[in-house]
Amino acid sequence: MTVVDRAVAEPRTAAKIPAADARVTAAPPGLVRLPTGSTDHRPRRLVPRGVERFLGVVLLFALWQFASHVGWLSPRVLAAPSTVLTLGWDMLRDGTLGSALWASLGRVLWGMGIGVPLGAALAVVAGLTRLGDDLVDRNVQMLRFVPVIGLEPVLILWLGIGETAKVSLIVIGVAFPVYVNTYSAIRQIDPGYLELARVVGLRRPAQIRRVVLPGAMPGFLVGLRLATAVAWLLLVFAEQINAHDGLGYLMIRAQTFFQSDVIVLCLVVYAVLGLVTDTLVRLVEKVVLRWQPGR
Amino acid sequence: MAAGSMTDEITVDDLAVRVRGVTRSFGERAVLRGIDLDIRPGEFVALLGRSGSGKSTLVRALAGLDTAVSGEIYVPEHRHRAVGFQDARLLPWARVIDNVVLGLSRREGRVRGDRALREVGLAGHANDWPKTLSGGEAQRTALARALVHEPALLLLDEPFGALDALTRIRMHALVTELCARHHPAVLLVTHDVDEAVLLADRVVVLTDGVISLDHRIDPAYPRPRSRADRRFAALRSELLAELGVEETSAPDPAHSLPPSLEPQEIPT
Repeated sequence: MTVVDRAVAEPRTAAKIPAADARVTAAPPGLVRLPTGSTDHRPRRLVPRGVERFLGVVLLFALWQFASHVGWLSPRVLAAPSTVLTLGWDMLRDGTLGSALWASLGRVLWGMGIGVPLGAALAVVAGLTRLGDDLVDRNVQMLRFVPVIGLEPVLILWLGIGETAKVSLIVIGVAFPVYVNTYSAIRQIDPGYLELARVVGLRRPAQIRRVVLPGAMPGFLVGLRLATAVAWLLLVFAEQINAHDGLGYLMIRAQTFFQSDVIVLCLVVYAVLGLVTDTLVRLVEKVVLRWQPGR
Repeated sequence: MAAGSMTDEITVDDLAVRVRGVTRSFGERAVLRGIDLDIRPGEFVALLGRSGSGKSTLVRALAGLDTAVSGEIYVPEHRHRAVGFQDARLLPWARVIDNVVLGLSRREGRVRGDRALREVGLAGHANDWPKTLSGGEAQRTALARALVHEPALLLLDEPFGALDALTRIRMHALVTELCARHHPAVLLVTHDVDEAVLLADRVVVLTDGVISLDHRIDPAYPRPRSRADRRFAALRSELLAELGVEETSAPDPAHSLPPSLEPQEIPT
């Protein structure tokens, strides 16, 4: 009976091993029959994985829209997605959103542009030389526990309320995760590889270029990923103090005027930006770490 | 008279390795205790010893990786030395060809790298990532990396230890062939008596940090050496006895492959 069912459902498999199932007999005493005959290929998906992932987000928004529509969610508490979308469109057209986004993006890029190389360079110095390790690592590990946000008043005292203080906050915040992850990655490089580099006659700079940096790359990229999240986080904070442009400024102003829809819009923009930067880092990982199996 | 001084000069100058009174201690424990060893150019020396006998320590010292030894060590200059490790030790983030030419200038690298890969039968794998290679392929890549330097001295630290028996046989044949073509002096560290007898001109046994046996294999025992030869069995017994192993009447089944599996020719 099973044989007939299979022949109908999977004629290819059935044709390949016609006799196998036909000879099935009673299990010998004391033995059990293991499941066999399943196909190697995973069943074909109705929707591709990427679309499926996206579907979850769509579902969430649909629920939110529905809740607003039937009045479970008051617009004063949380604006409906449709309201937020329309608002976003309007603010894009009149340029407010664009200029805020531009200002914020500039700060993040500056902050990461300085903070990431700084963290990585300190990690290389501390990871490779004993003197660097003694001088840098202890200090960085200590400072790491100072809440970065707590530095903002000091930074303003030192640097004024301009751009420098805001960018500096991001620089400092970003440098730590990059440093910590790169440093530990350098420390975990198989000493055998360095031995090999010496045996084939590589000099110190070549050893760093061919062994240390590529070996530390996976750790560095973990740090980079954490750093992007930190950068956006600190940005909002920095922009809520004495800023006159940027997403954080839009939010703080909206709070003053009870505009819950603007706040929600800014949150959505943050989420999207986070998603975009994370995708970018993933892309970089895919290219840089293409030597790792399973990528 | 003149002939005498000639031979003298040859014995003094014509050496690939000269080791005198080399000692190495780790804390209280002396791992090497006054090693003297000369290796002539082109000579294939197998260094046998039980684990902990100090053989890897000696090879690391010859590779220049351990400068805390005392005594005198003379080896060819850096670019004429090559080392093969037990793990193939390929940089996973560099393609096969880039691993092979590691340490060479870009200009000389590509041509010599391609040639070396061809010699070990991996011409088609130049652009592969090391993690996609099998254990045997990885070791062949490591051999190509050693060959590319056209070494006068090749140090091999148990390079076949992690390979399966069949792959090991093919590697033996490959190493024999490559050495016949490039004739570097070789110091092969191994704990495999059969490997030592099959490959080497000379077998040195290290026991508790001292050279306890230095045996030149009968030059009339031709290569490729056969396990069927009676000299094989005799030598094997002698070496096993030196290593303190009671030989059972039946040879190790892992090493007694049927003659049809003995390598005839190297795939290139």
